Amino acid sequence: MTYVPSEPVLRAGAPGVGGTAPRDDTEPGIQPGVGGTDPRDDTEPAPAAGPSSAYKILVAGGFGVGKTTLVGAVSEIRPLHTEELMTEAGSGVDDIRRIEQKTTTTVAMDFGRITLSQGTVLYLFGTPGQDRFWFMWEELSRGALGAVVLIDTRRIEASFAAIDYFEHRSDPFIVAVNRFQDAYDYTAEEIRDALDIAPEVPIVLCDARRRESAKEVLVALIEHAMRRPGHPDEAQAYA
Amino acid sequence: MGSRHERWVDEAAGPLVRPYAITRGRTGPRGERLDLVTILTGTGRPVPERTRLSPEQYRMLALCRRPTTVADIASDLALPVGVIEVLADDLMDLGLLGVARPAPVGRPDMDTLRRIRDDLRAL
Repeated sequence: MTYVPSEPVLRAGAPGVGGTAPRDDTEPGIQPGVGGTDPRDDTEPAPAAGPSSAYKILVAGGFGVGKTTLVGAVSEIRPLHTEELMTEAGSGVDDIRRIEQKTTTTVAMDFGRITLSQGTVLYLFGTPGQDRFWFMWEELSRGALGAVVLIDTRRIEASFAAIDYFEHRSDPFIVAVNRFQDAYDYTAEEIRDALDIAPEVPIVLCDARRRESAKEVLVALIEHAMRRPGHPDEAQAYA
Repeated sequence: MGSRHERWVDEAAGPLVRPYAITRGRTGPRGERLDLVTILTGTGRPVPERTRLSPEQYRMLALCRRPTTVADIASDLALPVGVIEVLADDLMDLGLLGVARPAPVGRPDMDTLRRIRDDLRAL
């Protein structure tokens, strides 16, 4: 028997601070929508007035491909996640070949937050890497800007299912190849051939640990989404 | 090998109070389903007399003195999203909490996407 949460549990942490990070809700004198100086500081990068619009991006891919790392590289908060020691039930599901160092698997969901201009906040949600949590994907995908499917070239097959999932949806997605040091350096086209990825799906090479690289991945996704934007008059970003 | 009991009492097990105890037995919201990026905000109205809120609901109201997403509420309260939905539902019924901005449903328009891209580049 394994304890499997039926609902995602999200836990927050601030950079460099252990445990949960209670936000300062008692800060006086901050009015939503007031321009001028922005009283945010390093420890609380969320907009002081709270977000006025929020968008989500999914980070998908198999177990152990670096989803949490990617989210953590660009997030202003430490990625929020819980990890559970792999259990007997889990070991039947997870492919632990060549990733011996990793003894836990994320069962709850990761998320990261990026505050943009005009009160816009971007949330990155790492989709659970195991098939038994796929029921969560549908809800996560709804209204998302798009998805990044992360691939580890040492275990390409771990991300097959995620690619398959997004190929059958209309949401924009890109494939990001996380270049692990000890892995053979494939070209984007070799990856495309190996995974039979449609020509219109961008493939970018990245180092999920690096902030600049992770940023470029997100920019590539948004640019891909820009090829098929919503019309301002129809079903908009916000109903 | 730990006993079954021990297996539950660790961080990965989450709250030790079962979710349905916090939600008074309810498993889903009566109203609209909330998204992880639905932005909630308190209405600032006083809690009606003879209304008993749970400690979790008071904490939600404190958080929602400024607009806060469901994901951030769930994270701050360390409760499953489904529990947050039910608690929020009750608070909305009482007129204490409202949706400041629903989650996006369709594709953003070009201007929004361009702004997001440019902001990301400038990070």
